[in-house]
Amino acid sequence: MTAIINISLKNGVLDSQGKAVHHALDSLHFENVEDVRVGRQIVMKLSQTDEAKALEEVTQMCEDLLANTVIEDYEIELVK
Amino acid sequence: MKVGIVQFPGTNCEYDTQYAFEKLGAQTSILWHEDAAVAEDLDLIVIAGGFSYGDYLRSGAIASKSPIMKAVKAHAEAGKKVLGICNGFQVLTETHMLPGALKRNEHLHFISKHHNLKVASNANNFLEKFDNSDVVNIPIAHHDGNFFIDADGLQELYDNDQVLLHYCDAQGNISNPNGSVDSIAGICNKEKNVFGLMPHPERAMEEVLGSADGIKMLEGLM
Repeated sequence: MTAIINISLKNGVLDSQGKAVHHALDSLHFENVEDVRVGRQIVMKLSQTDEAKALEEVTQMCEDLLANTVIEDYEIELVK
Repeated sequence: MKVGIVQFPGTNCEYDTQYAFEKLGAQTSILWHEDAAVAEDLDLIVIAGGFSYGDYLRSGAIASKSPIMKAVKAHAEAGKKVLGICNGFQVLTETHMLPGALKRNEHLHFISKHHNLKVASNANNFLEKFDNSDVVNIPIAHHDGNFFIDADGLQELYDNDQVLLHYCDAQGNISNPNGSVDSIAGICNKEKNVFGLMPHPERAMEEVLGSADGIKMLEGLM
C-alpha cells in the first residue's frame, strides 16, 4: 500500500512562500489566480495491507514527526 | 559550573559556544546526539546553532527525535537549565519544551546581521543582569526565525512573563526583521529554566568583533 501525505500550513498561518509564488504568477500575467498555498508531499510505501491499521500508523507518524501540528495540517490518502 | 553543548550532524556553532562559556570560566564538554544519557553534574545544556540534519523536513524536527533529547528533557525536568540558540531554539519548540514554532522568515530571505533586541522580562536567570527595556546588540543568522504562536498561547506567554526579548532598533522601538508574532526574539518555559532565542549571544563576546553584549546574557546562566 502507498500512503500519500499532504502537509500544509494551517488556515490563519501566513504562507509566505505561497504569497511569493502568487506574486510571481501575477507578474507572468496569470491573472485568474486567487490564492496560492505551498505545501509538502510525502509518499511512502507500506508493507501493511490492512487499511485501517495503515491509517492509524500513518496518522501517528504525522503527529510524531511528519507535521508540526502547531502550524501545519496534514491529509492522508491511501492507495492500494 | 559545567556546561554541555549538544552536537548534531550539521550543528556549526558548538565551538563558538564552547569558546563563549570557557571565556566566562565554565568547564565545557561537547555532547554527541546519539548519547541517551548525560553526566548528572551538568548545570546547563546548550543546544547550539547550525543546520541539524540539513534542516530536512523542518528545522530542528529530526534532531528533536534523537536520543540525546530524551536526556535533555530529563535534565530540564530535574529543574536544571537548558539554552537553545537559533537552531537550538527550533529544536526546543519541536520537542515541545518551549511553546510555538519557528516558520520561514516572512520575506523568505536568510538574514545575517547584527540586530538590536529589547529586554522584555528580566525575571529569569538568563536576563537577570539587565533592566527591562535595556537594548542589546546581538547577531542574528537564520532562515526560519519567524516565531509563531496562536493568540491564546501568546497571552499565556505574557501572563507568565515568558517573553524574553523583542527585536527593536537602536532606540528600542520595535523593529521586526522576520515576521515573528509581536516581534518576539526569545522565550522561556513557565518554570523559567528552559530558554530559547534566535539571536546568537555566543557571537557577541568580543568588542573587536562588533559586540560584547552576549557576555552579560550568558553570565546570567553561570
